[in-house]
Amino acid sequence: MLKSGVLDPQGKAIGHALESLGFDGVGEVRQGKVIELELDASDSRAAEAQVDQMCQRLLANTVIENFTIDIEE
Amino acid sequence: MKSAVIVFPGSNCDRDVAVALERASGVAPAMVWHRETALPPVDFIVLPGGFSYGDYLRGGAIAARSPIMRDVESRARAGTPVLGICNGFQVLTEVGLLPGILMRNAGLKFICRDVHIAVADNGTVFTGAYTKDQVLRIPVAHNEGNYFADDDTLDALESTGRIAFRYTTPDGTVCDAGNPNGSARSIAGIYSESRTVMGLMPHPERVVDPAHGGTDGANMFAGLVEALAG
Repeated sequence: MLKSGVLDPQGKAIGHALESLGFDGVGEVRQGKVIELELDASDSRAAEAQVDQMCQRLLANTVIENFTIDIEE
Repeated sequence: MKSAVIVFPGSNCDRDVAVALERASGVAPAMVWHRETALPPVDFIVLPGGFSYGDYLRGGAIAARSPIMRDVESRARAGTPVLGICNGFQVLTEVGLLPGILMRNAGLKFICRDVHIAVADNGTVFTGAYTKDQVLRIPVAHNEGNYFADDDTLDALESTGRIAFRYTTPDGTVCDAGNPNGSARSIAGIYSESRTVMGLMPHPERVVDPAHGGTDGANMFAGLVEALAG
């Protein structure tokens, strides 16, 4: 997800489109992306540590993006 | 001046910049495929424009992790001048050789037209053949050219003369009307701290011949040859 404070013109455009479809009461809209990974890891902690490194080094650009990690077994 | 142009899958301005470099220097640059791991001995490296890896993930993100980039990065850190044009600028920010990032254009549209930029600082090998505040007409062609960095970084770029070019109106005024993509402080190009790495979104290689409809980019290559030949 884009960090708060980083202008998100795509989110704004989505918000306007929702309004024009008649959805009322939509506040700020922010968009991001989801990346699903299959991992061969010994346990969820090891997996999370590995994915954290992947996010830091490639999957996210931390100049403008935050990331969260969900592990499913 | 011996130069190298890095070619990624999806680069599409590699030939244009090679022609511009050969015209200026008389020597054809080495075209180096991204899977290579070492560059030949060169005085100058270009990361060309295009859509490396289809802009997957983020513009320049995958190219920045390709094998040749390790050698490009170490040459850059050792002082070899590196120029990144458009997608090449995005790659340089993703590698960390330049600060900030190029975000989606504020207007959400791909912009392909001539813009005006002013030379904000000409004290480098890239811009020495221009005068400070000189206004150039150069094409842009990008979807992600909206330069962003935090305020501390922007202040540091400004106070140390590391803004290379700003978008302007045709008369050289820096203002929102002259800023095509929403870039912070109208930034069109920046230098590294060492001033030997430059990234810019406009395409100087597309205006080096009267048949191109303009020649404002020619002095970038002529100036590089003058500074680096020998």
